[in-house]
Amino acid sequence: MASIRIPTPLRAYTGGASNIDVVGETVGEALMNLVEAHPDLRVHLFNDDELRSFVNIFIDDEDIRFMQGLDTEIAASDSLRIIPSIAGGTVGWSLMEWK
Amino acid sequence: MMTRLHSRIADLNNEEVKRYSRHVIMPEVGIEGQRRLKASNVLLIGTGGLGSPLALYLAAAGIGRIGLVDYDVVDFTNLQRQVIHGVSTVGASKLDSAADRMLDLNPDIDVVKYNEPLTSENAERIFGEDWDIVIDGTDNFPTRYLVNDACVKLGIPNVYGSIFRFEGQLSVFYAESGPCYRCMFPEPPPPGLVPSCAEGGVLGILPGTIGTMQATEAIKLLLGIGEPMIGRMMLYDALEMSFQTIKVRKDPACPVCGIDKADVVLIDYEQFCGMPAHDHSEFSSADESEELDIKTVSVHDVKSALENGDDVVVIDVRDPHEWDISVIDGTVKIPKPDIQLAKNGIQGGRRLWEETVLKDIPKDKTLYVHCRSGVRSADSIAYLSEIGYDLDKMFNVEGGILAWADEIDPDMPKY
Repeated sequence: MASIRIPTPLRAYTGGASNIDVVGETVGEALMNLVEAHPDLRVHLFNDDELRSFVNIFIDDEDIRFMQGLDTEIAASDSLRIIPSIAGGTVGWSLMEWK
Repeated sequence: MMTRLHSRIADLNNEEVKRYSRHVIMPEVGIEGQRRLKASNVLLIGTGGLGSPLALYLAAAGIGRIGLVDYDVVDFTNLQRQVIHGVSTVGASKLDSAADRMLDLNPDIDVVKYNEPLTSENAERIFGEDWDIVIDGTDNFPTRYLVNDACVKLGIPNVYGSIFRFEGQLSVFYAESGPCYRCMFPEPPPPGLVPSCAEGGVLGILPGTIGTMQATEAIKLLLGIGEPMIGRMMLYDALEMSFQTIKVRKDPACPVCGIDKADVVLIDYEQFCGMPAHDHSEFSSADESEELDIKTVSVHDVKSALENGDDVVVIDVRDPHEWDISVIDGTVKIPKPDIQLAKNGIQGGRRLWEETVLKDIPKDKTLYVHCRSGVRSADSIAYLSEIGYDLDKMFNVEGGILAWADEIDPDMPKY
C-alpha cells in the first residue's frame, strides 16, 4: 500500500491522522479510496471527479501534473503528499477570522 | 549556474572588515563578497514573524540597503514570534521599531521605510526602486500573489517563505531562470473551503526557522554561491523535524510567467483571492454568512439570559484549546469545524450527526452563538441554517468573548 501524507490543514477531516495507507494502482484510485474512507475530505480535494486546481499532489518529489496526473501509476513503496497552499502565521486560510 | 544579480561593489573601511571578519575569512565570501553584500539592495515585504529574523540577520550580514514595507503597529500579541520588536515599542510603527533595532545592530546600513500596505497601485513603484531581491514575509494570499506577479513583471527574484502552525515552506521564485509561485499554486483555495480557526496559530519559533532560511537564500543569490532554491521547494515539519525537498517546475501555460513580462497586469488580488489582504482593507468577502440576515445580541443580553435562566442555549463554537484560555460559564461547547462537518455530513445523507455533534443544539430553542470575535459564530449560524435550523431563532453574539472580557468580566484574559 502506498502512503499519503496529509497536511495539517486537512487533518481535521482525517481524525487527526497525518499518514494514511491507501490501496490503488493509480494516484486517482488511491485518492478516491482516501476520500471514501474519509468522506469529509472529498470536497477539499475534488470538484466532482476532478482534482481541484489548488491541490498539489506529489509522488516523492515529483508533481503528478508533470507525470500522468491522476492516471499516474503508483507502487506500494511510493509516498504521496498533498502539498497545501499556506499563507502565513496569524491568518491560516482566511484572514477574517483571526484578525 | 547562477549569474550574479548585480555587479556593483562597495568599499569597506577597516572597521567594517573587522565587523565582518567571520565572513571575509571564508573563501566563498571573502572581501569581494562582503563588498558585494554592501552594494546590495534587498526589499522585505512585512516586518512580522518572517520579517523579524530576516531584517535582523540581513542587517547583521551587512546588506547595504534594506527596504521594509509595512503599515502596521506593534501589538503585544506579536511578541510571541516577532522578535525584532519589544515591549518598549508596543503601539509604535513596526517600521520604526524594526529600523531602530536594525540600525542599533548595524549603523553602517541604510534602511528604507515604506509605511504603506503593498497594493497593485504602488507595487511597481516600490519594487522598481532598485531592489536586487524581494523577500516575501507576508501573511496572506492576496499579498503573496501580488508580490509574485510584480516580481515576475520586473524580473526580480522572490525569496518565498510561508508558515502555518508547525509547517513551513521555502523556495526561490525567479521567473528569469525558473518557475514562479503561480506555476506551483495557480490559484488560492477559496476562503471558507478549509476552516481556518481550527488550524490557526503558529509556533513562535517557526517563522524564525523559515525566515533565517530565506535570509540564507538571499545571501546565496547575492553572492552567486551554492545551489539556490530555484525550481525546488523545501517543506519543513517542526513536529516531525523533517525536511523534504520537492521539485517545482515551470508551467509553460502559467498565466503570469508564461507570457511576456510587459503583458503582466497587476490585478485586484483581494477579488482574485476572495479575501482581504490587510486590516485596513475595505474588501469584504462574499462569505456565506454575509449573505444571510443574521440577527445579533450583545454580551449583556447573553449575561441576562444566563442569569435569568431564560429558555436560551448559549453555544461557544471556539476550539477546545481556546476554552482553556477563557469560557463563559453555562455555555454549550461545540467547535465550529464540528458544526461544519455535521452540516456536510447531513447534506451528504448521513443523519448520524444529529445524534452526535448536533444533539446539544436544539431546534426549538433560541440560540445565542459566540466565538472569539464574532466571525466563526456567524459562519456557524449560516451552517445551521442550511440544515433546518430557524434563522429567526439564532443570534450572533456581537464581539464574541472579547466583548465579554471588555464589558462584563475585566479579569478575563484576552487573546
